[in-house]
Amino acid sequence: MTDDLTRLRAQLRAAPAPDADARAAAIRLAMESFDALPQGTAIDPRPINNHPQRVGFLIGLQTMLATLTARPILTATTSAAALCLGLVIVLPQIWVTPDISAQQPTAVTNDVQSIAAPESAALADQAQPLALPEIAPAAPPAPAPAPPQSHALTKSAAPEMMRNREAAGMTLQSAPTFDSAATFAPIMADQIASPAPNTETFATAPANPVKTTAINPVSTFSIDVDTASYAIIRSSLMRGELPPPDAVRVEEMINYFPYSYPAPEPGAAPFTSTVTVMPTPWNAGTQLVRIGLQGRLPAIADRPPLNLVLLIDTSGSMQDPAKLPLLAQSLRLMLPQLRPQDEVAIVAYAGSAGTVLAPTPASDQATILAAMDRLSAGGGTNGAAGLELAYQTAASMTAAGEVSRVLLATDGDFNLGISDPDGLEAYIAKKRDAGTYLSILGFGRGNLDDTTMQTLAQSGNGTAAYIDTLQEARKVLVDQLSGALFPIADDVKLQVEWNPAQVAEYRLIGYKTRALAREDFNNDRVDAGEIGAGHAVTALFEITAPGSPAQANTALRYAEPTVDTGTDTGNGELGFLRLRYKAPGESKSLLIETPITAADGQTPPDTEANFAAAIAGFGQLLTEATYLGDWGWDDAIALALSARGDDPFGYRAEAVTLMRLAAAMPANR
Amino acid sequence: MLMETPDEILADAAASGDRAAFGQLLARHYDRIFSLSWRLTGTKTDAEDLTQDICAALPAKLQSFRGQARFSTWLYRVTVNAAHDRRRRRATYARATTGWGDWETARQTEISEGATATDWLTQAMTQLSPELRDTVALTLGEDLTQAEAAAILGLSEGTIAWRMAEVKKHLRRIAEQEAIQ
Repeated sequence: MTDDLTRLRAQLRAAPAPDADARAAAIRLAMESFDALPQGTAIDPRPINNHPQRVGFLIGLQTMLATLTARPILTATTSAAALCLGLVIVLPQIWVTPDISAQQPTAVTNDVQSIAAPESAALADQAQPLALPEIAPAAPPAPAPAPPQSHALTKSAAPEMMRNREAAGMTLQSAPTFDSAATFAPIMADQIASPAPNTETFATAPANPVKTTAINPVSTFSIDVDTASYAIIRSSLMRGELPPPDAVRVEEMINYFPYSYPAPEPGAAPFTSTVTVMPTPWNAGTQLVRIGLQGRLPAIADRPPLNLVLLIDTSGSMQDPAKLPLLAQSLRLMLPQLRPQDEVAIVAYAGSAGTVLAPTPASDQATILAAMDRLSAGGGTNGAAGLELAYQTAASMTAAGEVSRVLLATDGDFNLGISDPDGLEAYIAKKRDAGTYLSILGFGRGNLDDTTMQTLAQSGNGTAAYIDTLQEARKVLVDQLSGALFPIADDVKLQVEWNPAQVAEYRLIGYKTRALAREDFNNDRVDAGEIGAGHAVTALFEITAPGSPAQANTALRYAEPTVDTGTDTGNGELGFLRLRYKAPGESKSLLIETPITAADGQTPPDTEANFAAAIAGFGQLLTEATYLGDWGWDDAIALALSARGDDPFGYRAEAVTLMRLAAAMPANR
Repeated sequence: MLMETPDEILADAAASGDRAAFGQLLARHYDRIFSLSWRLTGTKTDAEDLTQDICAALPAKLQSFRGQARFSTWLYRVTVNAAHDRRRRRATYARATTGWGDWETARQTEISEGATATDWLTQAMTQLSPELRDTVALTLGEDLTQAEAAAILGLSEGTIAWRMAEVKKHLRRIAEQEAIQ
């Protein structure tokens, strides 16, 4: 064995002698290069540094703060408090042990971000009990010299937090004070050491609680036609993992599936609403109210011409077969669905943005496909420049009566590269008002920035979809091409006022990131979700009748008794549904009002309602099954199996498979 | 006997514009750069190209030499980094040719150089990953200690020790394969 090493050594030592001519040439070149060098000027010796320079901790920190991109800030829309917490706490700890940070400045920088973003919810939970006064004095006082940048960050995040407080269900109390934060620095030290941070972030908020009708009779929320959450759950389960609870948004799971709701009559509102009341599968004492909206599906020939700008992330990370190649295949599927008057342009962005394909009629498939094939991944990400170019291209294509949409395909590595993080959202919103909408297709796992996807798609009146398989690409881009790309109603808001005489308590299932303040309903300036051509949207409420044993809250002793059907002024109605929407491009909203009556009750409930209930159960089982009682995976699977219905594309059968996979996870047995 | 001016003094002088000092330094170290380049790349042609690249860039790089390390250690590092850059550039070509990795090129070169002894060497180096090749080139080829190699590669000594154990494993496998044939 040692012989081999000796042999290797001997042979390596026997390097050939350098060629005299080559030597002379190289030395001559070196001298010329020496003469060409402007003396006294320090030149960066090596532009690409393979090994991180061992810079001081302060420089690393400054770099971190200076280069913080919008992702953490956008995360702050739901967890601003935890973000500030993450930044503030880590600083004192590093000050105390500068040698650690000096050795691994890069690692610390990354981890600070990862702590601030994905684990923020858990962190905030930890923060609360630890910040109790009796513990605080015992901890050693930590020096707390936060650099000015951190203040700036806190300030910029704060208005965002205030603005979204209602939607995120976050209270101001959850923002810990600086002092209490500094006292549990040791916990943070453990987290700093955690290797290879998973940089996925998910938009989340606490689940909607049971509300008492007498106190809070009105529930207001925006509709949601995104489907990204379901696809993320599927991708996790297929890999043999339970999805992160934050990734589960029940309404997106329910709305993933097509339901056969009655279509609107010609000439009527662009969508119909149907309300049904059924017994709750998981609770005999409550009822489930299903509100189904069905958007009109205009004939293909009647649609306005579509201008589609594909904005494609070609950064190095998109090289994965599940990313750029999958996107190329998806577009191959989509192109035949477009009509000759539609136009397609392609903009790619990586280190720099560039037009890959000038606006081309959709009929010229050969040219479009050739442009797709020319795309290759490489380089960094500059999303902002790409976005600007894409909007410019879209503006150049738009004519009166045409629909323009930017379709952004990314793996979430969205380096926005702008100094003002709110700027991008505002920019997209401005373009939306000018008539160009934005939809987002997410690819790949591990770095998926769900929060950014959600925020940007919501600002751009678009949908966020996550594409993990060609099957999903088919669903998103082919089957629903019309819906995803042709809006028929903008800013669709739902408001349900429950009748306290009939409904003691209610709970909205899902829509936790979509809550609106009551006054936002009539405010046309408040943005909400869109319905595309042919889209169906479903919302489920679980309601409890007065006197039902399933009532979660005891009646108040000192409040006016509300259980008095004799004085019911609501004509026996359960509640009243109000819908507001705007016709695309209009600024004034229209109102649709429908009473919810017990006559909406169905026995037995239709398969559509049963399937929606099964998926609602699935989603709740994946998070905290607080309200489900003994109802478990077997019940959910049985209910979904019984309600598969027509299922021409096999979506429902796939959902049953996923439920079985989830049920088999060790954590669920 | 006249004392030779230390490398570090010459490097300092060269960095501040002393042309003669730079020429002297280069003449002293060209062969060393070349032989390490050969150990890193595996062919004479590649080694000449790499050495020429390094020579051309050396005046600018010298600005970053601050005398924190011995000049020879610093020069090793510059050479290894330049080899890495070259490898990375090559990896972007459709067909990556990474020196020793390109067995056919190496074999052709040997034939032209008439050196049959490198047959085993080529085979052995081809089986090693680029990281292991770098390590071998420094420890065995340049006869440096593991600590010195670690300093040049910016790694811990333990990593170098581990890599050398890996190299031994690979060599054993080659020996076993030879025994079968």
